[in-house]
Amino acid sequence: MAEDYPKVDRVMGGVAGLISIAVPAVLFLYFIMLAPQIAMDAQVWAAEWVPSLGISLSVLMDGLSLTFALLITGIGTAVTLYSAQYLGDHPDYPRFVSYLLMFMVGMLGLVLAGNLITLFVFWEVTTIASYLLIGFNADSAKSRRSALQALLVTGTGGLVMLAGMIILGSVVGSFEIAEILGSGDMIRAHPWYMAILLLFLAGAFTKSAQFPLHFWLPNAMAAPTPVSAYLHSATMVKGGIYLMARMNPALGGTSAWFWILVLFGGFTAVFASVLALRQTDIKQVLAYTTLMALGTLTMFIGAGTDYAIIAAMLFLVVHSLYKAALFLVIGIVDHGTGTREAPVLRGLRHAMPLTALAAALAAISMAGIPPMIGFIGKEFMYKAGLGLPGLGAAWVTVMIFAASVLMFVVAGIVALRPFMGELAKTPKPAHEGPWPMLAGPLVLGALSLLFGILPSTVGFYFVAPATRAVLGMDAEVHLYLWGGFNAALLLSVLTFLAGWLIYRRHEAIRARLAVAEAKAPNFDRGWDNVLDGLKALAAWQTRLIQTGSLQRYMAVMFATFALLVGATLILRGGMGSGINYDAEGVHPIQWTVLALIAMGAGLSTWTSSRMTAITALGVVGIGVALLFIIFSAPDVAITQLLVEVLVVVLVALVMLRLPHLPSRAKSGFRAGHAAIAAAVGLVTTAVMIAVLQTPFDRRLTDFFEIASYPDAHGRNIVNVILVDFRATDTFGEIVVVVIAAIAAYALLRGAPGASPTPAGEPGARGEEEKA
Amino acid sequence: MELLLALTIGILVACAVYLMLDRNVIRFLFGLILLSNAANLLIFLSGRLTAGAPPLIDEGLYAPTGVVANALPQALVLTAIVIGFGLLAFTLALVYRTYRSLGTVNSDEMRVAEPVAQEARR
Repeated sequence: MAEDYPKVDRVMGGVAGLISIAVPAVLFLYFIMLAPQIAMDAQVWAAEWVPSLGISLSVLMDGLSLTFALLITGIGTAVTLYSAQYLGDHPDYPRFVSYLLMFMVGMLGLVLAGNLITLFVFWEVTTIASYLLIGFNADSAKSRRSALQALLVTGTGGLVMLAGMIILGSVVGSFEIAEILGSGDMIRAHPWYMAILLLFLAGAFTKSAQFPLHFWLPNAMAAPTPVSAYLHSATMVKGGIYLMARMNPALGGTSAWFWILVLFGGFTAVFASVLALRQTDIKQVLAYTTLMALGTLTMFIGAGTDYAIIAAMLFLVVHSLYKAALFLVIGIVDHGTGTREAPVLRGLRHAMPLTALAAALAAISMAGIPPMIGFIGKEFMYKAGLGLPGLGAAWVTVMIFAASVLMFVVAGIVALRPFMGELAKTPKPAHEGPWPMLAGPLVLGALSLLFGILPSTVGFYFVAPATRAVLGMDAEVHLYLWGGFNAALLLSVLTFLAGWLIYRRHEAIRARLAVAEAKAPNFDRGWDNVLDGLKALAAWQTRLIQTGSLQRYMAVMFATFALLVGATLILRGGMGSGINYDAEGVHPIQWTVLALIAMGAGLSTWTSSRMTAITALGVVGIGVALLFIIFSAPDVAITQLLVEVLVVVLVALVMLRLPHLPSRAKSGFRAGHAAIAAAVGLVTTAVMIAVLQTPFDRRLTDFFEIASYPDAHGRNIVNVILVDFRATDTFGEIVVVVIAAIAAYALLRGAPGASPTPAGEPGARGEEEKA
Repeated sequence: MELLLALTIGILVACAVYLMLDRNVIRFLFGLILLSNAANLLIFLSGRLTAGAPPLIDEGLYAPTGVVANALPQALVLTAIVIGFGLLAFTLALVYRTYRSLGTVNSDEMRVAEPVAQEARR
């Protein structure tokens, strides 16, 4: 795969490659050195970030964080080393490692965050980084689709979770995780507990791909193989697991928590294992087993007993080790043979002995065969399952038995069958991978074995501190390879037997599953339908709201105005009762002016003649000017008269070049618009009356009257206000007029010369003036 | 008188709104002129009415004698008249230019920015 790119000569990926390998390696060593200290007690470091919102950059370092941090940096080192070889000659390799490091930083920040909001920010960093990584081969439409799907599913989940975090923060009164974990009893008793729980689980389930939100994860295989290895083993998908484990002391222990996690987790585990059998591409097979692992972890975190949490923490380590190793092995196989199809690959151990060794180590751990750590993990899962009370025991034990059997089968498909038998013909002649690609899987495989032989070391430094962190209290952790003859061991033996039987017949089963799958509902296609529906909804509401009709927009705005202001007036009691009808004292001249204004307005509205309309508008303007004169505003009246004359002249001038108004008889009476207009008019009058009923505040006026002469040496108070007290306003007004003039000039200057007059228009023009 | 003027303002606004809801942008323009007048009257009336006493200070005095008309709304209305005129002149130019370029004064037919074809496709 890597050979298809134009070659760039770089040793170990050049500077970018060396940095990308050094950063996780150094961090890994740092975390290793912290391990003895953390094994004793959790550490918290804090620094202020946004103090006003109670968000701090605190770091919470306990067994759980440390175990995750070691997995992230340790497997990160293996993956970056591998990538330097796998993609080192890719022209975009520096971009790739930037994303990968961003991903690593996001994941580290997520597991080390001591504050919920900080945790959320890093959570989103991993979402964005995974989007960039899955869509790394941006030329491929499939890649882009998968990336977008992962982004939207996990991003939506993240936002839902943020809501839960904010509620939780307000319930506890702090976003500090340490404080939240200490208030578990209060949170569980709180009426909002259920809402918080569901919102958090929405985030965790999308990130950790629990059924029915699992579909994005197998698609994320579009990413380059090292990314898949990283994404599936130590990062991203484990984010949700981390969150559930972290929140267990605060949210766990209720029956809702138990049943949601156990049911969804168990179902996901078995459902995914069955789907894994169905695949032929061994990378896809592994992708589905990741779902199985996530389901298992969810189930045991939900179960919540000491043994269950020990089993979960142990399995977390087990799975990360074998899954990263197997993905990297598949990358080598793909690289070395040119195919990942299970039916084609046979006998690779002859050509790729070291790869075969790494695959075998990882697969034996995956199958849960002693003396690997995977065996211990499985034993503890059985023990935890059997130790649960009532119905839970039956469900968990059955689910974990089924999943373990299928894991045994899958281990055989992925790591036994391709390497055994006679070497088969592949698209490329099979050849061994180079050392940087082999180092990672070999070391990881060896660790699976080493930890199996020395379980108490793993137990003391990682599993026990992590378990204590998840439980929120002390727990006795004693890991051992040989626990004597007991029910768990019996189940293990049964697992191997059943697994072997199914493995012998897996090709027939795969064919039958393929037939069944064609009939079953497809979640991936469901996703497409959801997206299409969303787009259709957006288009529909856009067409509904943004019709592009000015008339519609105006109607909505005016109606809204009338409704809101009118409702406010009525509800707030703005309509007093003290309206005294004072027509008695109104002078006949005033009557006449008001009548002129009203008639002018009515006529300009009704007429179909442009000249009549302009004249009527002029009457309204002059009427308003007369009112100003009557009520002691001579300056305003003069301005109004001048402007009114200008308006009439301008409008009349332009009107000569515009078409006639459509006849009212033809365009008809628009009842709906009339109702809106009447409502707006009525509301305006009502507001005016309400204003007139409020006591009049003369303070500002008094100030201007008193200050006008002594301060500004003017006897015309209105003028003084305009040019002195409020001179800046007046300046602004002048600017507005100038801008309007410039804009109008620009509009008119660029106008096309010839008038596109509609047919029959020019002749009618002169006559209209006389009419 | 105040009540009657409030009613008159209501009539002006109602006529203005009805005109502005017309598809024909020339009628829209008429509505704008009416609305501008209504708004000015509204500000003026809010400052209360005083007949026959303009806000002037007599020679030799430092403040007006007796009750004079409220000067503040007058100043505001003066500004508003001029601004309204600027707006109107610009709108007028816009209507004219639109007609020159598009050959229509019907706002529903002005579809350069939001072509009808886009709707028809669905």
